[in-house]
Amino acid sequence: MMIEELLDEQHEAIVEVETLCVSFGVQEVLREINLKIPAGQTVALLGESGCGKTVLMKSIIGLVRPTSGHVRFDGEDINELNDRQLSHMRLRFGFVFQNAALFDSMTVGQNVAFPLRQHGRFTDRQIREMVLSRLSEVGLPDKVVFKKPAELSGGMRKRVGLARALIMNPELIMYDEPTTGLDPIMSDVINELIIRTRRRNPVTSIVVTHDMNTARKVADRVVMLLPTPRLENDEPQIIFDGSVAEMDACRDRRVQQFINGEAGERLMELRASQML
Amino acid sequence: MIGWFIGWVSDWGDLVLRSIMTFGDFSLFVGRTFIWMFTRLPRSETIWPNFYQVGVSSLPVVALTGTFIGMVLALQSYYQFRQFGLETRLGAVINMTLVRELGPVLAATMLAGRVGSAMAAELGTMRVTEQIDALSAMGANPLRYLVVPRFLACLFLIPTLTVMADFMGVAGGHFYSVIYLEIDSFHYWNNSAEFVSNFDLFSGLFKSIFFGSAIALVSCYQGFNCKAGAEGVGRASTAAFVQSFVAILVLDFFLSIALDSVYFIIYPEGIG
Repeated sequence: MMIEELLDEQHEAIVEVETLCVSFGVQEVLREINLKIPAGQTVALLGESGCGKTVLMKSIIGLVRPTSGHVRFDGEDINELNDRQLSHMRLRFGFVFQNAALFDSMTVGQNVAFPLRQHGRFTDRQIREMVLSRLSEVGLPDKVVFKKPAELSGGMRKRVGLARALIMNPELIMYDEPTTGLDPIMSDVINELIIRTRRRNPVTSIVVTHDMNTARKVADRVVMLLPTPRLENDEPQIIFDGSVAEMDACRDRRVQQFINGEAGERLMELRASQML
Repeated sequence: MIGWFIGWVSDWGDLVLRSIMTFGDFSLFVGRTFIWMFTRLPRSETIWPNFYQVGVSSLPVVALTGTFIGMVLALQSYYQFRQFGLETRLGAVINMTLVRELGPVLAATMLAGRVGSAMAAELGTMRVTEQIDALSAMGANPLRYLVVPRFLACLFLIPTLTVMADFMGVAGGHFYSVIYLEIDSFHYWNNSAEFVSNFDLFSGLFKSIFFGSAIALVSCYQGFNCKAGAEGVGRASTAAFVQSFVAILVLDFFLSIALDSVYFIIYPEGIG
């Protein structure tokens, strides 16, 4: 209900996913996904490993081609754009990869400056100032500029990835498991950065995560997916769509299992496989 | 028996279908690389490091192998030719073999082993660690940024590597024949000049352009389609070398036929 109100009263949906299906060979990953995300909202995509969260997020920016269905950003169908139009459209996106995906042949400074050099028409001095400003926003000192990604810790790499994603002032920013592999303190730092990023910039955010702490802390809305092999006939793949409070109150056994981290019927499956 | 036959047909059908799909995918990859090459050239900072890797870094190994191939040719041919008293013709055989066949094939094989495998491993690692996706996500086309510079480097620099292999091979052959075996220098070079024509040199360099293109495209394609994990990167690297080497030999055969036909059209009186 809250989501519909947001859609009606505040903004048009900036991201529209319509009956999206993605299969790799015979493996069906996404089945008829329908999702509308209004501008300015932070959505957490939840679900167990292999349910297609990252594939859905990559489909939204055209990194994965759908088997059928449509993805629209600001009214334009991503999959109807040619290479050049898509490259231009992607200037409006920021993507923070799970392992940061920094270019290991470049320094931190060159990594963060990459989108500016690729597209922008800025002087070296402007680029240097913008890079230092973004690095300072994510809490990194100036001296990291000359370091190679291999010399950084996991948390620092994620923050450099965030600085790189923010450098072009994107309208939509996507985080792929931003806290995975980090200690609880660094996870909280990253969560705080996601919140601050949204406060500073009027940005729409999609956060793919397994981490309920992250979802509770950063998300306005939670969308939960189930892997396609676990779906019953004709059941939609999105098994929950609402606020965090609504999720806590949800009576669906599968949603509660995820929130509480319970294995549930997976244990039965494990026992059955051990008996074979 | 029928079940076995159906299984056999099904396996072959699957193999044929997958081969056709891979060929189609490779053709699209090549087509899109050419489109990017002719519409918008990559930035200079992506071109020069690749030119350095392909050209400058490959020179020592090409020069060394070229020298030894020239000397081995002299060593192996000398005793055959001596039986007929034709030692002075050694120069013609060594130099013609080098500029027409061995020089270009040797330079291409070295390039496939040294650069092609490295390209596949580097791009494969970038694929596995999502760096190629990151390029796309930032609006940079990975073909323009990663493939076109490598393709241009191989295309433009393999002829120079071939010239180096030819030169060092000729020098190695001369060293072994004239200095070590004491064959008369005047006759050695005179016979070489009589039998080796400009067309032979041209045909070697012409073929090398195709070899360089094949190495770059096959290796980059393998890197781009690398499967996950260390095993995937290893396989991509191996496949890049093996497929490049096969492509070099197949292209060599068909290009040699085509070039011989052209030679007979230009010079109807025949070779030599």
